[in-house]
Amino acid sequence: MLDVVLLSRLQFAVASLFHFLFVPLTLGLSILTAIFETLYVKTGDEDYLRAAKFWGKLFLINFALGVVTGITLEFQFGTNWSKYSMYVGDIFGSLLAIEATLAFFLESTFIAVWHFGWNRLSPKLHALSIWLVAIASNISALWILLANGWMQHPVGYTIRNGRAELTNFLEVVTNPFGWMEFMHTVSGAYILAGFFVLGISAWHLRRKREVTFFKKCFKVAAVWTLVFALFEVFNGHLHGSEVAKAQPTKLAAMESLWETKQGAPMYLLVIPDEEHERNKLELFPIPGMLSLLAYHDPGATVKGLKEWPEEERPPVALTFWSFRLMVGLGFLFAALSLWVFWKRNNPEEAPWLLRILPWVIPLPYLACELGWMVAEVGRQPWIVYGLMKTSKAVSPIAPAQVGISLLAFILVYTLLGLVDFYLLFKFARKGPSAKKTLAAPSSINA
Amino acid sequence: MEQNIFQIIWFILWGVLWAVYFTLDGFDFGLGMLLPFIAKNDVDRRVIYNAAGPFWDGNEVWLITAGGATFAAFPKTYAVMFSALYTPLLLILFALILRGVAFEFRAKEESPVWKGIWDLCLVVGSFLPALLFGVAFANFFQGLPIDWQGIMHGNTLSLLNPYGLLGGLLFVMMFIVHGALWLTIKSNGALKRRAKKVAESFWVIEMLLVIIFLVATGFFTDLWVNFFRYKWLLIIPALALLGFVAIPGFLAYGSYWKAWFSSALAILMTTAFGVAGLFPRLIPSSLNPDWSLTIYNSSSSPLTLKIMTAVALIFVPIVILYQCWTYKTFSEKVKPEFLETEEAY
Ligand code: HEM
Repeated sequence: MLDVVLLSRLQFAVASLFHFLFVPLTLGLSILTAIFETLYVKTGDEDYLRAAKFWGKLFLINFALGVVTGITLEFQFGTNWSKYSMYVGDIFGSLLAIEATLAFFLESTFIAVWHFGWNRLSPKLHALSIWLVAIASNISALWILLANGWMQHPVGYTIRNGRAELTNFLEVVTNPFGWMEFMHTVSGAYILAGFFVLGISAWHLRRKREVTFFKKCFKVAAVWTLVFALFEVFNGHLHGSEVAKAQPTKLAAMESLWETKQGAPMYLLVIPDEEHERNKLELFPIPGMLSLLAYHDPGATVKGLKEWPEEERPPVALTFWSFRLMVGLGFLFAALSLWVFWKRNNPEEAPWLLRILPWVIPLPYLACELGWMVAEVGRQPWIVYGLMKTSKAVSPIAPAQVGISLLAFILVYTLLGLVDFYLLFKFARKGPSAKKTLAAPSSINA
Repeated sequence: MEQNIFQIIWFILWGVLWAVYFTLDGFDFGLGMLLPFIAKNDVDRRVIYNAAGPFWDGNEVWLITAGGATFAAFPKTYAVMFSALYTPLLLILFALILRGVAFEFRAKEESPVWKGIWDLCLVVGSFLPALLFGVAFANFFQGLPIDWQGIMHGNTLSLLNPYGLLGGLLFVMMFIVHGALWLTIKSNGALKRRAKKVAESFWVIEMLLVIIFLVATGFFTDLWVNFFRYKWLLIIPALALLGFVAIPGFLAYGSYWKAWFSSALAILMTTAFGVAGLFPRLIPSSLNPDWSLTIYNSSSSPLTLKIMTAVALIFVPIVILYQCWTYKTFSEKVKPEFLETEEAY
């Protein structure tokens, strides 16, 4: 029987995972576009202007869906999770409101200025407007992740008047869990945007189209991607030890560790068997590695899932596989980005690299979605870890209402997603516009 | 819960955010609804899209902020408001999604079928929110059948009662006139003349609805009570009426900006009228006045309200400043040369 809780969870999963198909590219490509435009302002090289326009166009197509699907998320807490909203609105609601006031206005206003302002602003002011968009979208990520960080690791509150009330705002905005999520999510987003630019550039380079142009784009993206692909592995590891401290059940599920162990090893190959509360297979142990990674001490004790009653454990297999795959992809990206960096000046001489890169584009998308599966599924059965169960958080509404809206979400989002990716494909393949048809910012034109 | 000044400040801010949202996105909705009636060819249609082009997205953020502010300052109201109105709110959200992508996608393909699809999305995506916001707010003014836990007794269709529908119609009409006035500013030639005509004729219906609405409010709600208790509040409906009445005068003299500002004042003050009448309630309960959600029984803690007040007082003026700047920067008419560029919608 499908109940309101399950339906609402499915709906939230659909709405947020779909939203997150568009967010990372916004976070990363805004900065890359800003870098290209700044290079143009600094050097006067028209290729960089064309780059800003070309990547900016793809940015806008992607941005449209990011914005419109974001609005539904903002209201879902009220529509589907009204008990949650009442219980934690004092803290969670204020973070969302700050996000809107500080970031959304800036982002939405200046993306329009950038989009429509080519002939109205000086080149510097025009470049500034895309920087403001980039900064604003990243600020918005910070606030929403501080809000999510609070759900993962609630701090700075007390229970009063039958709800969680804020007692220390500073603690909430300096919550290490939230900052970890922020660093990890934005670098993941930058990786995604990096491989997006690399993949499309490689596709054109392999066909010998606009070679000088795409070599310039390739080079910028190569350096960029290397930095964040390496940083991601490092901060992902720190993020893991934060999880170990704040959410031991999630850590146990991520590693599918059933029994508490001192000096816990890490198995390179594990197949969890949730039903029998064990692993079907555990191969290639690295002694003490899990303890070392989680607590920076190879002899430390790591708690196993059996420490908690079954109803307090998250779904193990889903959390485990999502985590494994994300980490695997993380190492793959690090390796690929080294190869890319090595060939940054002469990518046209690396046919295999050029052939592979377009196929890499979807992988960071996958990694990001998997990361969210780890973070959100792994937090279950809690909506706010240790404080409120997800099952106690839903609105008093009829299952039919949620069932219908869920179907509507799936239908509308699938259609729009298809259209959006079709357009991204179309304009990515088309390449940058020819030089003479370009409208440069006003003073250069004059 | 104890009473404090911040609850009152946030009540006012709450009203201001919604009022500004309706005033700004209102003209976008109006343009969208007018599209099939006022545009004779594709150039006209593109002028309409581009008349809203640099603004609609920034306007929509006022809605997100109004929602966020409700969540932050009055979490219980946020929870009840959106769960009780589950279906209408989701319809609004889907409509806004379609409208947003219509702007972005329409010009990306040449095929008339493609354009037709997005035109339809724009029209529906503008009409539905205009109507449903009106219905929703009229129902707030009237009170929702919510019990002491904030659970709604009554189905979605019960919102389509006479007063609710009247509110919906009023919103639709206000926004159509508002959008037509915006188009008189943004366009030239035949399109501009048609926009002016539309504004003039729909203004008559708008005016009629305003009067019916103000009278009906006396019968269906107790909003007027506050205005007779605190007489100075009557300045709000007076300004609303002044705004409405001034529109045709300015139009006749060709003062299009002034006509639009009058309409803006009218929408701002009409929203403010409803909100001021509600005070100190946010959503009255039609079952039992004691179950109403008020600023006292649904607000956040004083600490949260204080922090949010600081944030709002610093950042909202900054937002207003740069949004005004963009309105000024893009105040020109939509010119045919602009439609030739790659950037144009
Ligand atoms: C070796 C590499 C990686 C490690 C060790 C790692 C570690 C983690 C951990 C521990 C979490 C869970 C945090 C929580 O429960 O809140 C997480 C979440 C996440 N990961 Fe990774 N990760 C790695 C690579 C990646 C890559 C390459 C991407 C994307 C391109 C990515 C994207 C995400 C996202 C979006 C989340 C959810 C948000 C968050 O909790 O930060 N991760 N990662």
